[in-house]
Amino acid sequence: MAYVAVKGGEQAIDNAHAWLAEERRGDTATPPLSVAQIEEQLGRSVDRVMAEGSLYDRELAALAIKQAQGDLIEAAFLLRAYRTTLPRFAHSKPVETATMRIERRVSAIFKDLPGGQVLGPTYDYTHRLLDFALMADEKAASGGVSMEAADLTTMPRVPDILGHEGLLEADAASDREPGDLTREPLAFPAARDVRLQALARGDEGFLLGLGYSTQRGYGGSHPFAGEIRMGEVSVEIEPAELGFAIDIGDLVLTECQMVNQFKGSKTVPPQFTRGYGLVFGFGERKAMAMALVDRAMRAGELGEDVTAPAQNVEFVLYHSDNIEATGFVEHLKLPHYVDFQSELQNVRRMRTEVAE
Amino acid sequence: MNDSVSADHPCPARRRWMSVVARAQPDRIAALLGACGEMPGHTVLRGPEGGLVMVRGRAGGGGAAFNLGEMTVTRCTVRTDNGYVGHAYVAGREAQRAELAALVDALMQDPDRSDGIERHVIVPLEKQQAARKAERAQKAAATRVQFFAMQTMRT
Repeated sequence: MAYVAVKGGEQAIDNAHAWLAEERRGDTATPPLSVAQIEEQLGRSVDRVMAEGSLYDRELAALAIKQAQGDLIEAAFLLRAYRTTLPRFAHSKPVETATMRIERRVSAIFKDLPGGQVLGPTYDYTHRLLDFALMADEKAASGGVSMEAADLTTMPRVPDILGHEGLLEADAASDREPGDLTREPLAFPAARDVRLQALARGDEGFLLGLGYSTQRGYGGSHPFAGEIRMGEVSVEIEPAELGFAIDIGDLVLTECQMVNQFKGSKTVPPQFTRGYGLVFGFGERKAMAMALVDRAMRAGELGEDVTAPAQNVEFVLYHSDNIEATGFVEHLKLPHYVDFQSELQNVRRMRTEVAE
Repeated sequence: MNDSVSADHPCPARRRWMSVVARAQPDRIAALLGACGEMPGHTVLRGPEGGLVMVRGRAGGGGAAFNLGEMTVTRCTVRTDNGYVGHAYVAGREAQRAELAALVDALMQDPDRSDGIERHVIVPLEKQQAARKAERAQKAAATRVQFFAMQTMRT
């Protein structure tokens, strides 16, 4: 199947876009949304657009959400398009999540882990009842938030706690330059660095479904949420003109350490293995889904049978990017008149043959 | 301000002031500079120009590096009329912040001015940033819990 070039329709397109602009604005009796309002009050949408647009800039993500009428995939597409107009100055040193300024940190495997369980601004334990008070104009934040003296010592990550006994697989360090999907197209076999990059920018819904499928038995590996942490990290680069590392600002990240059972193999004693999730912004669901799918895709490496969709690296990576998926699904809207004419002739001929 | 200043950094002092101005609001830097008295003029040698930094993470948090995604960054280089060159790379797309950050970097290298800039610009900005950081840490601390497993439940 292929689509064909056609001419005409300019006036209709102009009119469609003018109407779109009017629809985007909505009823002018209501005040317009400012980009700052979106940035401040629709933070989780902003986080998702930054993650899937693969560009950390809260203000631009908020603008994209406004422009796309809240269509988050369209907004992520706008960010992806924007980034192509900018030069890349540098890559950062790997961010140190161990020294994250923790705003949330929970573990489902240790009750009393050093540093404690910090709930942070979570929806967990809310009753999911619509709050009709939000329908009315809100005054300044009600009451005020409780504060307690903070213990600013860094919180050890779960692998640092369990790793000492060798019960948990260690991180394999490497000085190799990581692959970059924005520079080289996806190729197989895809190493873990490329897989993690693809997952970090992958569609949350797709990864959530795949992660869920591993829990339901399609490539299960008995996961525990070893640790989830969210907070700010500093970003460092080393510009050539300076010759030393400088700190350029902060990012909010969410990290998930999934801990999974592993029977062991001929060369590796039984131990817990790990799946890893790291995403821009406060995106706990995405980070957890990413960690589940990362672990599932390690099946081959760990000598497990590769039977389920989430374990199939090509299947996951070729379908996780919602911008690419949108492009191919939505291209079906383009004119396929010639193709369809030939198909029509075929069907007519076949029906004639059957009738004879 | 920084979380991971390595002990062997060649210019820890410069790193510190650059990290402080990288996080400051431009109008605030300008206001604080304005209170420092007569300043030399400056010429912009490069920028301010917008670009990207590819942010890296580590597999498992401590393993091999991978590319997480990009962030917007603005950079600028200035030279003061008395010959000091200042650089800035700051997160985001604010041209004025990058230029002021580069100017502060240049002024801080001038021995005749660094004490004044330190006292009237860097220290107040640093305090403000530390206060914000402490406030968020205190809010987080108020949500710290101890879970008690029930006796009847498997632990």
